[in-house]
Amino acid sequence: MTATTDAAPAVVPSFDEPEGAGRKLAIICSKGNLDMAYPGLILANAAVGEGVETHMFFTFWGFDIINKATMGDLKFSFVGNTAMHPPGHSGMGVHHMLGALPGATNAATKMMKKQLADLEVPDVPEFLEMLSGAGVHLWACRMSADMNHLSEDDLYDDVEAIISASDFIELTEGAQLLFI
Amino acid sequence: MTTTTIAGHELEVNEEGFLTHPEQWTEDLAPELARLIGLELTDAHWTLIRFLRQDYATEGETATLRRVSTRTDTPIKSLFALFPGKPAKKMAYVSGLPKPKGCV
Repeated sequence: MTATTDAAPAVVPSFDEPEGAGRKLAIICSKGNLDMAYPGLILANAAVGEGVETHMFFTFWGFDIINKATMGDLKFSFVGNTAMHPPGHSGMGVHHMLGALPGATNAATKMMKKQLADLEVPDVPEFLEMLSGAGVHLWACRMSADMNHLSEDDLYDDVEAIISASDFIELTEGAQLLFI
Repeated sequence: MTTTTIAGHELEVNEEGFLTHPEQWTEDLAPELARLIGLELTDAHWTLIRFLRQDYATEGETATLRRVSTRTDTPIKSLFALFPGKPAKKMAYVSGLPKPKGCV
């Protein structure tokens, strides 16, 4: 063994370190408002991009995110949302009950969609396509399907199956869990 | 900040190993950076690397996976196949760029 003239060994990022292996994330999406759909989608995208095995379970109102009839037309209402204010403005709030006026939901939805599009964030159907392409597992809740009289044909094509809550718990054993 | 030598180039890197001066990157460095993280570059990798370099030069920040996918017309699935596990970070590393900051 001879001494080497090289400097310290190259500092290399540890992208595939074993301590990260086996990490799983389960995201339960239970809301169907536009502003409640995105947090789950964005976090799933972030997780799968970090090499985390990611599972999403769509249940109750969250079913609208994967229902072909509704997925492209989720809405944002600011009724009950006291944090509502126009983008870019500070201090000036909009009273949340104004959101109950006719047309307010459509206007607020349009504004939010524009803000998302400006950031090049895809709409919901395209977002799901991106997630399934990245390897995120999409699951639909059995009870929600039964309540709404929907079958797999009604759901976004890349949804893997309609499964029961206990199936989901079983297949996400050891996962970190987010309920949205 | 650390100085390290890769493929005969003396480079400034951060604590994770990412180049801190993207201008120190040259094309002959990429295959060696790729090898260090277990990748062998193909033409498909190079298309993405060249896009990332050119996009960084004009935008001043590293393209996110979504941006790489839409601008190079490469399906997300292919990006994961070419740079498995953590594609956005691996791409940035091989291209001598900082990690992307955007969320989507």
